Amino acid sequence: MDRNVKDTIVEGITGVSVLLIIFIIVSILAVTIVGGWPNLNWTFLSEFPKDGMTKGGIFPAIVGTAVMTIIMAVAAVPFGVITAIYLAEYASEKSVIAKTIRFAVKTLAVVPSIIFGLFGLGFFIGFIGKNMDALLNGGELKWGQPNMLWASFTMALLTLPVVIVSVEEAIRTIPREMREASLALGATKWQTIKSVVLPGSVSGILTGTILAVSRGAGEVAPILFTGAAYFLSDLPKSLSDQFMSLGYHIYIMSTQSSNVDATLPIQFATTLVLLLLTFSLNAVAVTLRFKIRKRAK
Amino acid sequence: MNDIKVKVKDLSLRYGTNLALKNISMDIPEKMVTAFIGPSGCGKSTFLRTLNRMNDLIDNVTIEGEVLIDNINIYDKNIDVVNLRKKVGMIFQKSNPFAKSVYDNIAFGPRINGISQKSILDEIVEHSLKQAAIWDEVKDRLFNSALSLSGGQQQRICIARSLAVNPEIILMDEPASALDPISTAKIEELIHELKKQYTIIIVTHNMQQAARTSDLTALFYMGDLVEMNRTEVIFSNPAKKQTEDYISGRFG
Repeated sequence: MDRNVKDTIVEGITGVSVLLIIFIIVSILAVTIVGGWPNLNWTFLSEFPKDGMTKGGIFPAIVGTAVMTIIMAVAAVPFGVITAIYLAEYASEKSVIAKTIRFAVKTLAVVPSIIFGLFGLGFFIGFIGKNMDALLNGGELKWGQPNMLWASFTMALLTLPVVIVSVEEAIRTIPREMREASLALGATKWQTIKSVVLPGSVSGILTGTILAVSRGAGEVAPILFTGAAYFLSDLPKSLSDQFMSLGYHIYIMSTQSSNVDATLPIQFATTLVLLLLTFSLNAVAVTLRFKIRKRAK
Repeated sequence: MNDIKVKVKDLSLRYGTNLALKNISMDIPEKMVTAFIGPSGCGKSTFLRTLNRMNDLIDNVTIEGEVLIDNINIYDKNIDVVNLRKKVGMIFQKSNPFAKSVYDNIAFGPRINGISQKSILDEIVEHSLKQAAIWDEVKDRLFNSALSLSGGQQQRICIARSLAVNPEIILMDEPASALDPISTAKIEELIHELKKQYTIIIVTHNMQQAARTSDLTALFYMGDLVEMNRTEVIFSNPAKKQTEDYISGRFG
């Protein structure tokens, strides 16, 4: 075949792929916005579901998602930062431990999210929770069942690789000269990490946090067995209570509802809220990183 | 000649199996400027970094021999590297202030040593900046980022930063090689001033700089110490042909 013809074909195929992707994204946004926007109002955001969840709002699902992601971040970020510090600063590249951790992090990143849900059910609820009940409550069921805490922890496991990878990357961008400057002044390794390396990695830590949060806010599978509730008439009052979540709410509205058609406007509006939430979190991550990088220069 | 501050005995250094320094022995006098010269890759910077154990940070480095500072071998097992580095400060080729304010750069060393009282820190910062001859240029912007200063100013900030921990020896690894002639002249003036109080060891590519600033000069070549003597002797009447060839620009 003529080389120029081949060139035209390749250009055509790549162009079509790009158009296809743009078309898909625009369709998702358009359908969600057209279907959801008219139903989005203050009542919808601030009220509980009513009439068998065919009317009313999604307030408890917004609160549940927010609180769950906050607890998740509080659990995942320090743990991820500490692991990243170990990998970047203490472990030698060739050591068996470092290789094992890296392998584990990569594996963790590709495990299907439903597996995390099952793991959370087996480990946090079945093992830790049941034992906590046996030790603390004389066997009375409190922690050995799905709740906010275990769901958040399960989600933290899922998002941990995101945090570790972005923080380690950030730590590695701190130039060797900066570490040497600090060490040459008689700083210990930990003082160097604390006063030079970590402050210089703030943008990476923030990016990792927000990427984790926006991922965790949207996931459903990990919390399916570990804490998300179909419907609650009250907000959760403690970590051992179940909670409602936006993603799970969409799922049950579209599959479990007694009247799927009647809930369609609610589904669209809930989806729009979830999209807005994750998009804005991502936007915050991008802006923060941009600002901090600019300031560092 | 002043008292001996640093005495190096049969020092060899290997990167893996590659012998980078071969049996170096030398005496470095107190409160004088000693310059190391030689072509790129001759081992002068590597040697400088053995004096505050900066090579410890690199994997695969093995060191034999002794480095005695005030008659104590710094490669002894019970030596605290952190204390050694407080005593032996270092200025790097590329100025490397932290992405902090001028004040916080200078206060970094005192703070990691546990000084937190503001009045003491203020005093140290001012004194160190004055010693590094940069106080007048930065006194009105102590709380601006050190990175906003010019390259020459940044290097003097780095010198002030190392003075703030009260070192006795200052190692300078080509401190002016990235600077313009005026900034270089300021650094050289500063070296002249600082040697009244500190023992200074400077690695330089620039032979005129060695001639201008140093009291003693040592020539390195391929990991060997070729010759070391008073600077005027090295530059006017060297004992070895290799030194003469290098000084006159016939190799290197």
